[in-house]
Amino acid sequence: MRLLIKNGRVIDPSSGIDETLDILIDRGKIVEIKPKIDNQEAKIIDASRLVVSPGFIDMHTHLREPGEEEKETIYTGSQAAARGGFTSIACMPNTNPVNDNRGVTEFIISEAKKRAVVNIFPIAAVTKEQKGEELIDMADLVEANAIAFSDDGFPVKTSLIMRRALEYSKLLNTLIIDHCEDRSLSEDGVMNEGYYSYLLGLRGIPDSAEEIIVARDLILAEKTGSRIHLAHLSVKGAVELLREAKKRRVKVTAEVTPHHLILDDSSLQTYDTNLKVNPPLRSKDDVKALLEAVKDGTIDVIATDHAPHTEDEKAVEFDQAPFGINGLETAVSLLLDRLVNKNVIPLSKFIEMIATKPAEILGLENKGKIRVGADADLTILNLHKEIVIDITKFKSKSRNNPFHGWKLKGAPTMTIVGGKIVYSSL
Amino acid sequence: MSFKHKHLLGIKDLTPQDILTILETAESLHEISKREIKKVPTLRGKTIINLFFEPSTRTRSSFELAAKRLSADIVNFNRSASSVVKGESLKDTVLNLEAMNPDAIVIRHSASGAPHFISSFCRSHVINAGDGSHEHPTQALLDAFTIKQEKKTLQGLKVVIVGDILHSRVARSNIMLLTKVGTQVVLCGPPSLLPQAFKKFGVDIEYNLDRALEEADVVMMLRIQLERQKKNFFPSIREYRNLYGLTKERFRKAKKNAIIMHPGPINRGVEISTELADSAKSVILKQVENGIAVRMAVLYLLLGGKESEALD
Amino acid sequence: MKEKIKARVMDGSKIRRALHRMTTEIIERNRNLKNLVIVGIRTRGIYLGKRISKLIKEMENVEVPVGVLDITLYRDDFSELEAQHIVQKTEINFPIAKKDVLLVDDVLFTGRTIRAAMDSLIDLGRPDTIQLLVLIDRGHRELPIRADYVGKFLPTSKREVVQVKLKEIDGSDEVLITEPAGLK
Repeated sequence: MRLLIKNGRVIDPSSGIDETLDILIDRGKIVEIKPKIDNQEAKIIDASRLVVSPGFIDMHTHLREPGEEEKETIYTGSQAAARGGFTSIACMPNTNPVNDNRGVTEFIISEAKKRAVVNIFPIAAVTKEQKGEELIDMADLVEANAIAFSDDGFPVKTSLIMRRALEYSKLLNTLIIDHCEDRSLSEDGVMNEGYYSYLLGLRGIPDSAEEIIVARDLILAEKTGSRIHLAHLSVKGAVELLREAKKRRVKVTAEVTPHHLILDDSSLQTYDTNLKVNPPLRSKDDVKALLEAVKDGTIDVIATDHAPHTEDEKAVEFDQAPFGINGLETAVSLLLDRLVNKNVIPLSKFIEMIATKPAEILGLENKGKIRVGADADLTILNLHKEIVIDITKFKSKSRNNPFHGWKLKGAPTMTIVGGKIVYSSL
Repeated sequence: MSFKHKHLLGIKDLTPQDILTILETAESLHEISKREIKKVPTLRGKTIINLFFEPSTRTRSSFELAAKRLSADIVNFNRSASSVVKGESLKDTVLNLEAMNPDAIVIRHSASGAPHFISSFCRSHVINAGDGSHEHPTQALLDAFTIKQEKKTLQGLKVVIVGDILHSRVARSNIMLLTKVGTQVVLCGPPSLLPQAFKKFGVDIEYNLDRALEEADVVMMLRIQLERQKKNFFPSIREYRNLYGLTKERFRKAKKNAIIMHPGPINRGVEISTELADSAKSVILKQVENGIAVRMAVLYLLLGGKESEALD
Repeated sequence: MKEKIKARVMDGSKIRRALHRMTTEIIERNRNLKNLVIVGIRTRGIYLGKRISKLIKEMENVEVPVGVLDITLYRDDFSELEAQHIVQKTEINFPIAKKDVLLVDDVLFTGRTIRAAMDSLIDLGRPDTIQLLVLIDRGHRELPIRADYVGKFLPTSKREVVQVKLKEIDGSDEVLITEPAGLK
């Protein structure tokens, strides 16, 4: 089927394009990009006054399948992604069983092929069962199409294992992603350690818990010369270390979530468990530092860390609730409203952080760009559309999202994956 | 002048006027406990449930007597925290209790924020009898009542709170109440249990007990929990006592007519010496007595009057 | 809501004479004045009670103690109040068991206040007798309650408000009938 997207403002940071163009799609690929294309057989999509961007890629999602399908499945997660404007998602291995072997990776890929509406890229574990003791068969998993490796949910447990993983990853030119948390410091903490944790009587996770592992990872990446990606950074100290490391040309990239850019720990005064997340919402100073880091490029990518949980699991005392915020269907509107429409970063930078760079970092050569021959993965945005977030309308199985009722300006209006429209509100 | 709250979740939600209203009401209700017939019919027909997930004889029986003296019916449900692990969630426990149509639920729980959590789906009035390390509002109210009884006022006094501030809900509630009514508060304890960030609550911090006690009008000692030593918050009970135990010699640094308070139960010989605990300077037993009047006042103000949607 | 003064039914001298007359009646009916105690119902009953006690002292040289009763906790309309009434102190610093109690209030209307006062007194101890003195009886009883000593019988309509003002707290002695102006 041919699709012709007409009159949209096409923005592709990888090539520097920012102009009104038509795009013709055929058999899943972009075949023509020109100011005026005439094609009678194509289905026409009128993108006037809309922005056409390379399809968004979420580098950090939890799909819960296999094992916790009551929270989310590959199918429902992909529906949520499409509704949120994402054309590809990379899913973390902390499933049940853990994705530390070929069998699980292949299961995810085949399920995705059968039922998912967006591209699904499994991230495999670094260690067996994510226990932090033995490395997994990395080459085998790369061959099975695991896109990267992470023990997310947990840090890579010891410096030694991280070093070995980094050295080994060079052989395969694959990527290690670390969730930076020193568990002896974070212990049984449930929110950021600071004035608010003292006020609310909740045990705190100090910022040093993140900084220490970030420092460890940066040193090891530098010494081994390997690539590393730091997941969901949340504190000022981590950003500062990262900035210095980049100056020294360490091969590090980093991501931040929308909720860490928008909320801070003062919002926890209602004890709303939908705000309980790891790493926790931090102080206003940390949020400020993260925004600066986004602006100056120290942080490369925005990823949702979509972490679905059932309502029952979250309807308990704060201490008992699992960590995690559902994010696929709110990320883009939040970022368009709070970052782009408020002029914190220009639109092209936003697209770079949510499409161009993720594709680059994950080595997806035919994605994250609008170019003849590239995969026809596109996200169409309406920067002026005013929405009110309604969690009852989510495609995700889960509802643990703290932004219900928020009025935002800016939303994805169409998601195209491989030339097929998988979501449209046009 | 009315008390427009549906729940008592913490001192945080109370205005200084609310606090005064509660204390004045407690003052008027105090004499009922001294009568021959210790009962008035005011809350006749109301049902109150004591839902205690942590062991407590003092607070629980205090609420029980307060309810009974106002002629309310009160039932005790004691759950150990492990019954939650066994399968019935807190939410289910409360929903089941609500099916019996209580007017109020008094809850003590080890999780901070548990009363807030249940108030989000509860029809009844929720009264916080202590949640984790967060708040213990009726304790702070009875402490304030006791101070006022002894010192005639709360303003302009220097109150020193000594002990494991970090984990203490009694400390937090007292800090909030006293700073709201114009009392000077000084916190004292080992640095590992007293982060500097507490200054943001409008109090002073002093790690040296002798210095903290200078010119104090009220010295409030907190119970030190022995488990904290196992988690390395301080090296040993012996060292803690040497640095932070209140003895007769140390107490001389305070003002001449200073009083000693403690929420109980006391660790004799650890945070307070036995002779001080039993001395005339100690108002610890008066605190217990006043607890009933204060809790009667809280029940009266929350449950009396029309059930109106105008309340929060 | 502004109120309209309809009539001034007693002034300072009328009140004085009524109290004087009632005190004489009290002394006549109570053989053993030494067993008499006065309990004034907050708020104006207190001041009337004190005045009566003073008059008894002047006339018979007997000290009759005066206590203060707050009936808030015994009201029967508790659950219908818009807002909780402020509970004030009940201060009766003498035993009332076996005593002759003279309850004093300013206005007797439905009788519910007196019912609450009697329940409260009995919880405090078992008096031998309870007598009731009011300055104004305005009718419209809802319970079978009557006063032993009445300053003035005042037929009123239910809508009207009877206001007793006393020097001790209102600055002047008078009894007014007022009506809320405008129905709203």
